[in-house]
Amino acid sequence: MALDLIHQVRGRAVPVPGSDIDTDRIIPARFMKCVTFDGLGDYLFYDMRHEEDGTPKQHPLNEERYQGASIFVSGVNFGCGSSREHAPQALYRAGFRAVIAESFAEIFFGNCATLGIPCVTATSEDIAELSRVLEENPQTEVTVDVEKARVFYNDANFTVHIPDTARDALINGRWDPIGELLENTDKVDACLERMGLA
Amino acid sequence: MGKSLYEKVWESHAAAQLSNGQTQLLIDTHLIHEVTSPQAFGMMRDLGLKVRHPERTFATVDHIVPTDEFEEPFADPLADAMIKELRRNADDFGITYFDLKSGKQGIVHVVGPEQGITQPGTTIACGDSHTATHGAFGAVAFGIGTTQVRDVLATQSMAMSKLRVRRINVNGELPPGVYAKDVILHIIAQLGAKGGIGYAYEFGGDVFDRFTMEERMTVCNMTIEGGARCGYVNPDETTFAYLEGKPYSPKGEDWDKAVAAWRAIASDADCTYDDIVNINAGDIAPSVTWGVSPDQGVSIEGHVPRLEDAATPAEKASIQEALDYMKLEPGAPIKGTPIDVAFVGSCTNGRLSDFREVAKYIQGHRVAENVKAIAVPGSQIVAALCEKEGIDQIFLDAGFEWRRAGCSMCLAMNPDKLIGDQLCASSSNRNFKGRQGSPIGRTILMSPLMVAAAAVRGCVSDAREVFAVEDAAAV
Repeated sequence: MALDLIHQVRGRAVPVPGSDIDTDRIIPARFMKCVTFDGLGDYLFYDMRHEEDGTPKQHPLNEERYQGASIFVSGVNFGCGSSREHAPQALYRAGFRAVIAESFAEIFFGNCATLGIPCVTATSEDIAELSRVLEENPQTEVTVDVEKARVFYNDANFTVHIPDTARDALINGRWDPIGELLENTDKVDACLERMGLA
Repeated sequence: MGKSLYEKVWESHAAAQLSNGQTQLLIDTHLIHEVTSPQAFGMMRDLGLKVRHPERTFATVDHIVPTDEFEEPFADPLADAMIKELRRNADDFGITYFDLKSGKQGIVHVVGPEQGITQPGTTIACGDSHTATHGAFGAVAFGIGTTQVRDVLATQSMAMSKLRVRRINVNGELPPGVYAKDVILHIIAQLGAKGGIGYAYEFGGDVFDRFTMEERMTVCNMTIEGGARCGYVNPDETTFAYLEGKPYSPKGEDWDKAVAAWRAIASDADCTYDDIVNINAGDIAPSVTWGVSPDQGVSIEGHVPRLEDAATPAEKASIQEALDYMKLEPGAPIKGTPIDVAFVGSCTNGRLSDFREVAKYIQGHRVAENVKAIAVPGSQIVAALCEKEGIDQIFLDAGFEWRRAGCSMCLAMNPDKLIGDQLCASSSNRNFKGRQGSPIGRTILMSPLMVAAAAVRGCVSDAREVFAVEDAAAV
C-alpha cells in the first residue's frame, strides 16, 4: 500500500483563533450518526458557523475570502476532548491538509497523523503574526514544510515543531501504520505468549 | 531503581519497534461501541482483513441508545441502523456483544469493570476518550481514533509513543460532602485542560488508598479533561476484592496467580516520576464549572471570574468567550445560578454508588417545579441493582425520571437533549459548547449529590446546606 510522501503542504490558510477548541465544536455529536465518514466536511464547525435555525453566522470558515484554504491555523490545545476521528475526517473532507496551532490535544494529533495531516506547533507570536498577515491578505500562500519543520509565507518564515516520529512517518510515506503493524503480527503473538495470554 | 506501573506495562507490551521510532504496543483488551467502530469495520472489509483476536474485543451499545424506549426498532432510523450495524459487525467478525437484550448492556466504561474484563496490568484501548476510566484498576487504558480501532482489530496492537508519568498525590482527609468528582475537577482546575499533554497520570496518596473502585473510576475517567490520555491508580486489595467473582475474572488457581502478578505490577516504592504534584485533600471543596472547558471551575463558594482576573490576553479571551456563551455575570457568585435541567448519569458518575449516595439524601425532597431531572443508570446491571434496592423509586418519588442505561445527556446523541439555552446541572464530564445536544445549551459540571441539590433548589446549590451533609464523604 503505497502512501504519499508528505514533505510539505502548500496553500492558502485560514486563522480560527481560540484556546481549547474541542472536537465537539469541530464536529457536533449529532453528525456522528453515520456508518461512514462521507459528507462530514459539510458539518465542520457547524454550530459555530450557523444560528440555531441554520442561517450562517460570522465565522472565518464562512468568509468568502478564506474559501479554498487548505491550512488551518488555531490556538492552544486544539482538538481537545472526544477521541472522535470524525473531527480530523471533517477537516480533511473540507479540504484541510495541515494544521498549525500553539499546541494539540494528543488523541487528535494521533488521529491526524494516521490520516497524513501534519499538525505542527508554533509560538503564539508567530501564529499571531501569520494570522495578521492572513487577515490583511487572505490570498497569501503558506507552505508548511514538514521536512524542514518551518512555515514559509511571503518573505517570512518561522520554526515549527513536529515530533520526529510523525515527521518521519509523513515524509517517508508511513503515516498509515497498518502495513508495518500487519508485518509484525507474529511479534505481537509472541508478546501474548510471553505473557501467558496466547 | 524501581519502575512505575506504566513503565512495567509498557515494557511488557512493547511487541516491536516501528521504523518511525514509535512502538508497536500489544493491546490486551479492546472495547468497541456503535459510534466509532463502523468505519473501522468498513476499512477491514475494504482491505480484506480479519479480526486477529476476536476473543479480545468486546462490544456494547451506549452512545445513541434511547433511554425512554423499550423496543427495537427505535424511532430514530439512524440510531436503529447503527445498532444493527454493530450487530452485523459483531456477528461477521465473531466478537462478543453485550447487546440491549443481554441484561449486561451499558456505557462501555461501566460494562468493562462490572464484567471483570478490565484487569490490572493490561493495556486497554477503546474508540472513546474516557477509556482512562479503566486505569482505576491499574490498567494502561486510553482512547483511540477509528483508524486505530482498525489497527487493533487487525493486529491486536497499535503504534504508540511512550508517555512520561506524573504522580499526583492527594493526601489528608476530604471534608464532608466532597466527592471523587470534586477531586478530579479540582485537579483539572489546578493543572489546566492541557496540563497533562504528554503524560500518564498516576493518582495516589491517602485519599486514593481509601477510595472505592467506583470513586477511583470517577477520577480516572476525567483525566483526558486534564489533557492526559491515560490515568491510573495502582492495584491493591480494594481492586482485587472488586474483581473477585466477576464473570471474566480469573477463577480458582488462576485467581491466585493473577493476584500475585497484579501485586507485582504496581509502581515500585523507589521508582522515579517525571513530575510529582501534591494536593492537600482538605483544600478541596464541592466544585462546579462556570465555563466551557472542564478546567474553568471553582468551589461552590466561589465566583464567576472577572476579565481582570486573567493573567494573559489569551486567558482573558477565553474567559470572555465562556461568559458570553454561559450568559453569566462576571464576579457573580456561582451559587444561585438558575438551572433548567438536572442529569445524574454518564461514565463519570453513573454507577451504583452514585445513585445510592443521592438516594441517601434526596428522600423527603422534591425536584423544583421548573426543573426537568433525569437519572440514567450507566448499565443495565447498575439499573437492576438500583431497582432491587428501591433506589429507582426514591428518585421517582423525588421527581426525577428514571431511565434506561446509556450515555444519554452526557453527549446527547440520543433523544435526551437540552433545548435552546437551557442550563444543565450535570454529573457528566464535559461542559463544551453544545455538548448536551443544543448548539446553545449550557452545562455546569458537578458531583451527583450537587446535581440533586441543584434539582431540588432550582439553582446551583451547596449540597452540604441543602441536605445537611455532616458525615464524612463516602471515602
